[in-house]
Amino acid sequence: MRFIDEFRNPELIKKTLEEIERIIEPDDHFRIMEACGGHTYSIFHFGLQELLPKNIEFIHGPGCPVCVLPPGRVDEGLEIASKNSDVIFTAFGDVMRVPGKKGSPLNHKAMGTDVRMIYSPLDALDIAIKNPDKKVILFAIGFETTAPSTAITVLRAKELNVDNFFVYSNHVKIVPVLKSILDQPNMRIDGFIGPGHASVIIGAHPYEIIAKDYNKPVVISGFEPLDILQSILMLIKQLKNGEAKVEIQYKRVVMEEGNVSALEIIDQVFEDRPAFEWRGLGAIQNSALKLRPEFAKWDAEVQFNVQKITIEENKDAQCGDVLKGMLKPNQCKLFGKVCTPDNPVGALMVSSEGACATYYNHLYSTMNY
Amino acid sequence: MCLAIPGKIVELLDDRNQYAMIDVSGVRRKVNISLIQHEGVKVNDWVLIHVGFAMNKISEKQALEQLQLLQEIGEDKEAMAEIKGYQFD
Repeated sequence: MRFIDEFRNPELIKKTLEEIERIIEPDDHFRIMEACGGHTYSIFHFGLQELLPKNIEFIHGPGCPVCVLPPGRVDEGLEIASKNSDVIFTAFGDVMRVPGKKGSPLNHKAMGTDVRMIYSPLDALDIAIKNPDKKVILFAIGFETTAPSTAITVLRAKELNVDNFFVYSNHVKIVPVLKSILDQPNMRIDGFIGPGHASVIIGAHPYEIIAKDYNKPVVISGFEPLDILQSILMLIKQLKNGEAKVEIQYKRVVMEEGNVSALEIIDQVFEDRPAFEWRGLGAIQNSALKLRPEFAKWDAEVQFNVQKITIEENKDAQCGDVLKGMLKPNQCKLFGKVCTPDNPVGALMVSSEGACATYYNHLYSTMNY
Repeated sequence: MCLAIPGKIVELLDDRNQYAMIDVSGVRRKVNISLIQHEGVKVNDWVLIHVGFAMNKISEKQALEQLQLLQEIGEDKEAMAEIKGYQFD
């Protein structure tokens, strides 16, 4: 496939690895956080952690938009659908198996709630248009990557006068959560592999604060093996030179200024929530998006009486610590024993971008835990 | 979800340029191109697709430059090793 195969070229992978090995010195120990769950997945899927020198340790970041939601959030959306037979709950595939108070969305579906999986926010709008006697809730998740798409869908709903479509917004922002992790006591991170696709939208500028205020280099990376290896090479060069800059490795799609149009559209439809609860990190200011008051008509939080649901988590579950990068997934007491993809305790074990799912699916056969 | 894939625009579908037909490895899908209209979109452009939307165009020039950069790693050292080997002084 074009723009994929070229970045899996074995010769170039070998060259890049050799260059990394050439630059690394025996006493180096670099703790690099890959922010995005997609990068965690790629690293393990392509076995990069085996190919790289042991001087490089990956700290897995919180870039999994469904993993970071506090338990109870999915239930809040489901509650509206389970209590009202004219409500259809729609969400991306990742959300469907997230365990909740009374089971996952799929469990609810089996029990009679109208739950539908969608691939695009536009699908949810389409369902609303085709079912005028029903109310459709889009359980909207995603970092800045996905927010513009939800925003355009809301604008389209407005344009077409669709009044039975509602967004329950769980869109979150990547830089505030990275800052929050850096602010954690005892957290040593030397540099970041920056999210590739969120950065297509936000560009490189928002990461400047990490470089300037925290003195950590950030390299915005693509997802193919060569992209990640090149990004690591760029990070190590910076670290060896004592630099802390924001660089773009993923130049074929990420521009310095991001996608200006997408940023305008996000701003038109969304505003920052003063604070938002993150799993494992508590409340972070200005880290999440909600619909602006002028779009209240399509805001599920305004139009439905959504009761806040707090779930008592299994006290041995260490989802929060894994999300913060304090623990590796296999260090959680429940990993592989109580918590497996078939029987997940938390979202990290079910999401395609969850660190626990990645570990379980790729390292299971070689790990002792 | 961060999952985004490259696809090629094969047809522009409406006057207001909100939708295009893209081809991903032979499979055709309608995607919304509102987010990249400002960049100017043409048939045969490659774009990055996420949840039914084109997020950005893919720059072939940048892709080639990046691959070229990686190709050049070690080439100067290979050249030096080659020259050092010459014994005919």
